[in-house]
Amino acid sequence: MEELKIELKNKLITALNLEGMTADDINDSDPLFGDGLGLDSIDALELIVMMDRDYGIKIIDPKDGKTIFLSIETMAAYIEEHRNK
Amino acid sequence: MKGKCYINGIGCVSPQKTHDGSFLEEVIDFRNASVYEVSKPDYQKYISPVSVRRMSSAVKNSIVASSMALDEAGVDDLDAIITGTGFGCIQDSEKFLKGLIDHDEDFLTPTPFIQSTHNTVAGQIALLRKCRAYNFTYVNGANSFPSALLDALLQITSMEANTILIGGVDEMAPHTRALFQTLGQFKKNDTEFDYLDNKTEGCTSSEGSAFFVLSNEHMEETYAEVVDVFFLNNLVSQDVKTFTIEFLTRNNLSPNEVDCVLLGKNGDLTFDVVYDDFSSLFPSSNQLVFKHLFGEMLTAPAIALWLSCKIFKTQSIPKSLALDVPRSSVNYILIYNQYRNSDHSLMLLKNV
Repeated sequence: MEELKIELKNKLITALNLEGMTADDINDSDPLFGDGLGLDSIDALELIVMMDRDYGIKIIDPKDGKTIFLSIETMAAYIEEHRNK
Repeated sequence: MKGKCYINGIGCVSPQKTHDGSFLEEVIDFRNASVYEVSKPDYQKYISPVSVRRMSSAVKNSIVASSMALDEAGVDDLDAIITGTGFGCIQDSEKFLKGLIDHDEDFLTPTPFIQSTHNTVAGQIALLRKCRAYNFTYVNGANSFPSALLDALLQITSMEANTILIGGVDEMAPHTRALFQTLGQFKKNDTEFDYLDNKTEGCTSSEGSAFFVLSNEHMEETYAEVVDVFFLNNLVSQDVKTFTIEFLTRNNLSPNEVDCVLLGKNGDLTFDVVYDDFSSLFPSSNQLVFKHLFGEMLTAPAIALWLSCKIFKTQSIPKSLALDVPRSSVNYILIYNQYRNSDHSLMLLKNV
C-alpha cells in the first residue's frame, strides 16, 4: 500500500504537470481538490483516464470520483480493491 | 473616414533577453546553434501557479508578452485580439498524437487535446482578460503575423476598432523539429556555419512571442505608426524589386527615403540570395538583420516589428543588428521577410 501511494503521487505530479513538487510535498490525507492540491475538473478527467490506463479501473459514474479522488489514501484503497492491472 | 494606426505598447519573449525591456545591450551568442531556446521570464509573475502548469511555452510566452504590451499602453478594454502563428501549439499537438500512438488510440487525456489548437493563445488571453470581443488567429505560414497586422490595420484605420491587441507566436517541438531537419529545411544539430557569411542550407529553429497594442490614438508612449502592410504567397508574375517598388509607390515613397531595411535573412544559402535583390534597391539605407540573434520562426516578422519599435523609441540601432554603420536618426523602416522564397511580406513603419 505504501509503495502504491508513492507511485500515485509521482504519477499525479507527472500527469498533472505539478511543477516544482515532489512526492514528499503531498500528504496521504491531503484533499486533492479544493483547498488541498487545488485540482479542477480537467484534472479529474486526467485521473479517470489514468485509473483506466494504468490500473484497468473504469469509473463509469463521475459522481463516484468525489469519494475515490478525495485523497491519495482513498485513491490507493480503491485501486487495491478494484485493480485489474 | 481613414484614421491612423499607432503602436502604443509592445512586449516580447524571445531567445534574447527582450522580456526585461532591454534592447540588446547584452547579446546572447547563438553561434553554430541550430536551435534557439527562449530566454525565459519569471512566468509566475504573470500567471498563477495553478494555470501555468497546463500551459505550453507558446501560451506562457504570449501571456507574458501580451501583458507587457497591455501594461505599457495602459489598456484594459480591447476591441479585438488577433494572433498569427505558423505552427500553433505544436507541443500539445505532439503530446496528443504521441498519446494516440502509445495507447493504441485509447486512453486519451483532455489537456493536450484542449490546448493543441492554433487559436489556444488568443483564446487563453481572452479568458484571462475576460475579453469577449473579436478573436481571430491567422495561420498562413510565414505570412501569419503580417495577416494579423493587416486585419488590425484595416479595422483601426477604418475606425471599426479603437484598440487591438495583436501578436505573433510560435513554439517548437522535438518531433516536428526532427522532421524539418530530415526535410533539410532546418539545419542539422552539428552544423557549423557563419550566419552572416553562410555556406550551408537550411535555417535555424527558434521560438518566441511578440505582442503589440495598436490604436488610432497617438499617445506619449507611441512607438511608431504602421503605415502599410503587404504580402504575397508566391511571386508568380513579378520579381522582388517590382513588388517592392509598387508597394513604395502606393505609399508615395522612394527607396532613398527609407532609412533602414530590416531583412529576414535566415542563414539558408539557397534562399538568402532573394534578399540581395531586395537590398540592391536601397543603396543609401541601413541594412539590418536580426535572425542571427533570434533564429528563424514563421512569425519572425513580429520580432522584426518589435525591434523596429525599439529603434524608433531609442533612435538608435544596436551594432549587432547593422550590416553597415548605423545611422543616428530613423524616420522610416521597411521590414522584408520571406521563407524559402514563399510568403513574401513588407511592413512599412514611420517614426511619430
